[in-house]
Amino acid sequence: MKYVNQPVRKSDAMSLVTGKPVYTDDLVPKDCLIVKILRSPYANAWIEDIRTGTAAQVSGIACVFTYKDVPQKRFTLAGQTYPEMSPYDRLILDRHVRFVGDAVAIVAGETEAAVDKALKRIKVKYRVEEPVLDIHTAMDHKTLVHPEGNWESKVPVGADNKRNLCASYTEESGNVEELLAQCKYTVDQVYHTKANQQAMMETFRSYCYMDHFGRLNVVSSTQIPFHVRRILGTALDIPSSKIRVIKPRIGGGFGAKQTAVSDVYPAFVTWKTGRPCKLVYSRYESQICSSPRHEMEIRVRAGADENGIVRVLDVYSLSNTGAYGEHGPTTVSLSGHKSIALYRHLEAYRFAYDVVYTNMQAAGAYRGYGATQGIFAVESAVNELAAQMHMDPVKIRELNMPLEGGPLPGYPDSPYATSCAMDQCMVRAKEMMDWDAKYPCRDMGNGKVRGVGVAMAMQGSSIAGVDVGGADLKLNEDGSYTLGLGCTDMGTGCDTIMAQIAAECLETSMENIVVFGVDTDISPYDSGSYASATTYTTGVAVMHACEALREKICALGAAMLDAEKAQVDFDGEYVYSSDKKVSLREIAVKGTCGNTQELQVTRSHSSQISPPPYMVGMAEVEIDKETGSVKVLDYVAVADCGTPINPNLARVQTEGGIAQGIGMALYEDVQYSEKGAVRNNSFMQYKIPSRMDIGSIRVDFRSSYEETGPFGAKSIGELVIDTPSPAIANAIYNAVGVRARELPITPEKIAMGILEQEERE
Amino acid sequence: MNISFWLNGVCVSGEAEPDTLLLDFLRQKGCYSVKRGCETANCGLCTVLMDGKPVLSCSVLAVRAEGHKIITLEGMQKEAEEFGSFLADEGAEQCGFCNPGFIMNVFAMLKEIPDPTEEEIREYLSGNLCRCSGFVGQTRSILKFLQYKKAQKEGEE
Repeated sequence: MKYVNQPVRKSDAMSLVTGKPVYTDDLVPKDCLIVKILRSPYANAWIEDIRTGTAAQVSGIACVFTYKDVPQKRFTLAGQTYPEMSPYDRLILDRHVRFVGDAVAIVAGETEAAVDKALKRIKVKYRVEEPVLDIHTAMDHKTLVHPEGNWESKVPVGADNKRNLCASYTEESGNVEELLAQCKYTVDQVYHTKANQQAMMETFRSYCYMDHFGRLNVVSSTQIPFHVRRILGTALDIPSSKIRVIKPRIGGGFGAKQTAVSDVYPAFVTWKTGRPCKLVYSRYESQICSSPRHEMEIRVRAGADENGIVRVLDVYSLSNTGAYGEHGPTTVSLSGHKSIALYRHLEAYRFAYDVVYTNMQAAGAYRGYGATQGIFAVESAVNELAAQMHMDPVKIRELNMPLEGGPLPGYPDSPYATSCAMDQCMVRAKEMMDWDAKYPCRDMGNGKVRGVGVAMAMQGSSIAGVDVGGADLKLNEDGSYTLGLGCTDMGTGCDTIMAQIAAECLETSMENIVVFGVDTDISPYDSGSYASATTYTTGVAVMHACEALREKICALGAAMLDAEKAQVDFDGEYVYSSDKKVSLREIAVKGTCGNTQELQVTRSHSSQISPPPYMVGMAEVEIDKETGSVKVLDYVAVADCGTPINPNLARVQTEGGIAQGIGMALYEDVQYSEKGAVRNNSFMQYKIPSRMDIGSIRVDFRSSYEETGPFGAKSIGELVIDTPSPAIANAIYNAVGVRARELPITPEKIAMGILEQEERE
Repeated sequence: MNISFWLNGVCVSGEAEPDTLLLDFLRQKGCYSVKRGCETANCGLCTVLMDGKPVLSCSVLAVRAEGHKIITLEGMQKEAEEFGSFLADEGAEQCGFCNPGFIMNVFAMLKEIPDPTEEEIREYLSGNLCRCSGFVGQTRSILKFLQYKKAQKEGEE
């Protein structure tokens, strides 16, 4: 193939590497107002009195808004298809503030200095109440995070605001207790994953202006332009038809921007004042009031027989959604559905969860979306099972992993593995790591030990029966094509990937395809880029659009050749009929003159299944036995993402996800003070991995062919963050015998674990 | 107060408050390649060259630039294209937001250490964060660029 499965350079690469002004804050009108938010110093408080008079008098201030000024209809900021699973529990500004950093007032002014001065002049009297800061006591706590009467859960997810419950659920297949009693080897442990910040380099931001039709235009660094349009309509209580959302280049998302974190504030300012404005979140705000990963505590009970066959899994997840429920009911469901399905011999499983409200910043979507948390727990439990039976952790996986055509227990979105090369991934990973030589550990003789560890993972490809991908394709007068998209390239390269697919299907060059996206006025509807959906779903929409446009080109070409449509062929350059031919350029020109057949098509696509991509990850760590200091020397990842449409981009996605996963495993932890304030409120305290913290990351692919994907492709973006935590924890155990069940695995935890071990001996 | 300095080879002047940061002043002057990723001098996105040395423009007052020579990526477009094409061929530019600061520091490194080892690359660039690429693709692009430069030089000799 000419373009598919080729390492094509990204179409926007040269403008990015030369620093061109292509991001939201590079494009703002010069005269736009600066918007800032006054934030609550308390985790749970009611505004008794708020005075803004002297603030509004500061020279250059355009407006000051409080809870008294905003619509009283609740909404969710979650970027999900309507009706959202996330509860409607927000107002733009609320009298009840629910976490340290919650919005209290909006100030807009002509200069940053004026806005800062006005913020200081707002006088607020709070009635402070006891906050809920512990996930274990949150359910049925005497303090309710959402006591209000107009709180609403639109979908039955087991939510109950009178119990601090954002979702609750149980499913069971087979007799779990009976099987656990039968199994020779069992594990019953609790694993704890923490909140992590996506920490994309470009923080949340948007700017707004009114156009000549009196419509609100919102340029936003977002993954979900069409959802933002609907969310703003609800929040501002205006018809969505009055709103247009545009996505320029965006500086990373990783799920953070699947929540409309910052858009409502500038949108409200522009709608009220008619003046253009911008809001750029500081890193401080991005750390304390954004959309981090849900903290989860997961109890796993697992049982295996004497041959190492895992027969039963029982997973209970307690998830912390924070003060608002964005993505609360959905992330948690992946913690079981994507982990239990990794074990094909299960005769019984149970999966249950509770998602609780607390007075901490609201959680959101982060690459992996709950699967990461669940896979850490289940893969760790299986490693404990293997240790009990003195079995190599690779071996237990070889015995139990998903196989093509085999079952995926408890995974309703694809009950069996339509395409799966996990077995080949394991073979290749073992070979790359030289596992048999290195397992379990090597004492380096200098107080340092090296150990290796392994984990498997799967994710989905789109939300089955929900996500919609769109493609709009037209032939231009000069014989070029314009491909209009609604999916959101956030640096991942999906604009390029869609152009590759189109170039392949249209038998033309990449240069001949203009990619356009995203503008909700012009782009075809697309749910947006999340849920590992884009390549898999929008890619098929692009293929269908190409087929349909080829038909139209053939029809017009045939008419120009006085031939029957059935008799002509199109090779990308000419339409042929026996001895005659007409060029694409001539057809394109004809399309603009006296023509009644539009050379333009729009296609939508949605998949009824969500075929998982698979991965095996292996880590080699070195631990200093004295200090507990740990370094990841080498990480090997072998992925089955189906056909990689662009092997370079798939590789970099994998490398980047593993580095982020190493951060989750070893460093990153959003911590709170006893009063509920985030301690890690800058990159000083919240350390993401630098290039000194990453050893080698080696990636390879073993590709199955997914019939329902474009050219056999599945997803890659989220899967890649799932293996580092369990593989590194396993490597640490194999090196020094310390079982880390709570992330991040800091040197302190390892050193203390070694000490406890020595005391026991 | 009024300040003036050499920006990408051209003398510019303008009004700056005592607390105006060089980063904001440069963006006001149209150098949009200069990005802010944090406010705490941790991310390296705002790296520019001051008299040939890399500085974090979020931590330099605009007035400190008075009379000095400042270079941003806007002033090194040819070089950016040349090195950037290696980054792009790895797919390691990704979202691109950290690219300008990273590339400026790569240029500063190559001036100081013309033939760096992989370890030296990691150390010199340790202050340039990137959340997309996992860094290894960036390193590959630098090593390939160095090879290309070496071959180019040998061709000339």
